[in-house]
Amino acid sequence: MSKKFYPLFGLLIVAALVLAACGGAPAASGDASEPATADTAAPADDAAPAPAAQTAAQGETLAAVVARGYLVCGANNQVPGFGYVDADGNFSGVDVDYCRALAAAIFGDADAVEFRPVTAPERFTALQSGEIDVLSRNTTWTLTRDTELAGNFTATTFYDGQGLMVPSATGFTTLEDLAGGSVCVQTGTTTELNLADAFAAAGISYSPVVFEDADSTFAAYSEGRCDAVTTDKSGLVSRRSVLADPSAHDILDVTLSKEPLGPMVRHGDDQWFDIAQWTVFALIAAEEYGITSANVDQVKASNTDPQINRLLGNEGELGAKLGLSNEWAYNVIKLAGNYGEIYNRNLGPDTPTYIPRGYNSIYTEGGLLFAPPFN
Amino acid sequence: MRNQKHTAIPFWRDERVLQVLGQVAFAAAVIFFFYILIQNMVTGLQRQGTTLGFSFLQGTAGFDIAETSITYSRTSTYAQAFLVGLLNTLQVSFVGIILSTILGIILGVARLSSNLLVRNLSAAYLELMRNLSLLVFLIFWYLAVFLKLPRVAEAVIWPGQIHLTNRGVGLPWGLPTETFETYRWVLWAGLAAAALVALVLHYIGKRTGKPPLTALWALLTFAAFAVVGWFVLPGAPLTLDYPSVQGLNMVGGKVVSPEFMALLSGLVLYTAAFIGEVVRAGLQAVSKGQVEAARAIGLTGFQTLRLVVFPQAMRVIVPPLTSQYLNLTKNSSLAIAVGFPDMFYVSNTILNQSGRAVEMISLVMLTYLTFSLVTSWFMNWYNQRAQLVER
Repeated sequence: MSKKFYPLFGLLIVAALVLAACGGAPAASGDASEPATADTAAPADDAAPAPAAQTAAQGETLAAVVARGYLVCGANNQVPGFGYVDADGNFSGVDVDYCRALAAAIFGDADAVEFRPVTAPERFTALQSGEIDVLSRNTTWTLTRDTELAGNFTATTFYDGQGLMVPSATGFTTLEDLAGGSVCVQTGTTTELNLADAFAAAGISYSPVVFEDADSTFAAYSEGRCDAVTTDKSGLVSRRSVLADPSAHDILDVTLSKEPLGPMVRHGDDQWFDIAQWTVFALIAAEEYGITSANVDQVKASNTDPQINRLLGNEGELGAKLGLSNEWAYNVIKLAGNYGEIYNRNLGPDTPTYIPRGYNSIYTEGGLLFAPPFN
Repeated sequence: MRNQKHTAIPFWRDERVLQVLGQVAFAAAVIFFFYILIQNMVTGLQRQGTTLGFSFLQGTAGFDIAETSITYSRTSTYAQAFLVGLLNTLQVSFVGIILSTILGIILGVARLSSNLLVRNLSAAYLELMRNLSLLVFLIFWYLAVFLKLPRVAEAVIWPGQIHLTNRGVGLPWGLPTETFETYRWVLWAGLAAAALVALVLHYIGKRTGKPPLTALWALLTFAAFAVVGWFVLPGAPLTLDYPSVQGLNMVGGKVVSPEFMALLSGLVLYTAAFIGEVVRAGLQAVSKGQVEAARAIGLTGFQTLRLVVFPQAMRVIVPPLTSQYLNLTKNSSLAIAVGFPDMFYVSNTILNQSGRAVEMISLVMLTYLTFSLVTSWFMNWYNQRAQLVER
């Protein structure tokens, strides 16, 4: 009896597996939603003239985001002021607000965004695989990341430099004071390389103690495992604010590296790159022209400056060129505020994570923020 | 029976044919499934404009590693960095396996002790450990034990210049002098002599039927060589180097980092609990009659354990023991949580710096697989020797 069913069972299992395999395949490629588009577009590419093929390949990300109805943003959840989850589970920070601005540009709704916390090691893979549409997670712009990691940095949203924090009691002031000591550092970051470079250049020995995430790095530092902890200066300021006694720690006046931080998108979709980049520029331009979320309606109604008119969509068709509505920049400013507003909300003097603006001021005020013309 | 009257049954109802066909179809389905997965990955990589390959391992690493057993600096290659991690993994696994075996056997025997206190203490320990999460346990050891030790400036110094600090534990350590090279040859000679003694004793034991304490005598031979060599040589081959606090860290001696200590103690204490249970099961599997018979023919308690109980218990102990060894090796990848640069940790850094996720993960999986296969091959070989020889 049971023996007779044997082959039948075998066939059933095989059938189930075949079905699973067939069912799995489209799901696997459908997952990222682009592969399917890319594959079906490929045969058409051969027939159609080259420029047309490029346009077809381009709209991918925007089309996928619009079809989904919301933006998926790879964010940080451990650095107050940049990307942090508060007690109520809300994301806040400069990098987070950039994603809201981007969502406002696309949908006219700053809340049409889902934040997906990614760790330093997994962020590029998440971007490459299409799990996130944009990576806005205090990521440093480097050549390797721009090329080999198949991403494109859009613009610098925060000019930073790597620093060192030490307990005030030690009285350390220079890098040389740390000779022979240990430094806590987080893995998967340019920080680790800069640290090695800086100590090698100074010719002093040290021993790195490396951790997987920011929380364990700073936990070990506050337990006294290391003489110093290193990360971007902004990160030090923000992490210091959550240490047991923030006043007992000093940030050394030593800058180990240049760290331009900014949002990053995938290679290959220039339209999406443009949208992500010009959203940053819109934020900067708005501050330059003195447009804030409070006065944007009034400016839009009464303004006569053609630059501002083009930015706010009163004149020309800049939005259409990006594949967005003509009021995209208006929505960004209205819903997310200009660069200065975002900065003050997260890093301003009234916040626990206060960082003086320094390089991150508009160029007219001696900073490095400079938006190309909206023409 | 009725079938026999008919001509041959059609093949689609022939059970033998169907069985073969079923297996062929199954294999085809599995191959097809993996083909789709790999195809999916390859097209994905092509779309990103990257290709698979291991040539990136020759690139400059650029990062420092705190604990290295070979020469390594930031200008070394990724391949060397990986090797550093690999050796660190081997080191912690090897020491971990030895220590957890010793502790495990003690726990297992204590679990069966006739002493109420010993028995219950052991039982409580086993129950506690087996029901903890290893990751939590490791972090506990790191943050709550080793980092709570006094800071370097206030180092606690135990007799023998053992420094306890939260930068690591400083131990006195031998520094090789110029006679060390010669001494090394003396040790090799001692090893050879010990092997010879073991062989001869084994042979005698087989001939007379009275097995002597082979391992003990071999060990004594080796120790004799080591001790005599030490004093015969013109100068002592090793001088004792004591650790001391200098500046921000300890210098001299051997400084064992809190990361290594936390990982090792976590792994050993955790795995020993499982090994203890394995040993207990093995000992209980030997029937009581065996012990009684052994005592009846006049063997002492120790002889009973060594000659009758343990050889039989080994049959039961070795296979699950192998799994525990494999577990310990694989669990060592949790080192990343306490900042010990093991293979997984270093690979993670390489993955980040080079962006070669597929290659690095495959390399790590392949290496763990190799470790496991070699360990289990060795244990299987040992198991075959420990099996009952049935005549």
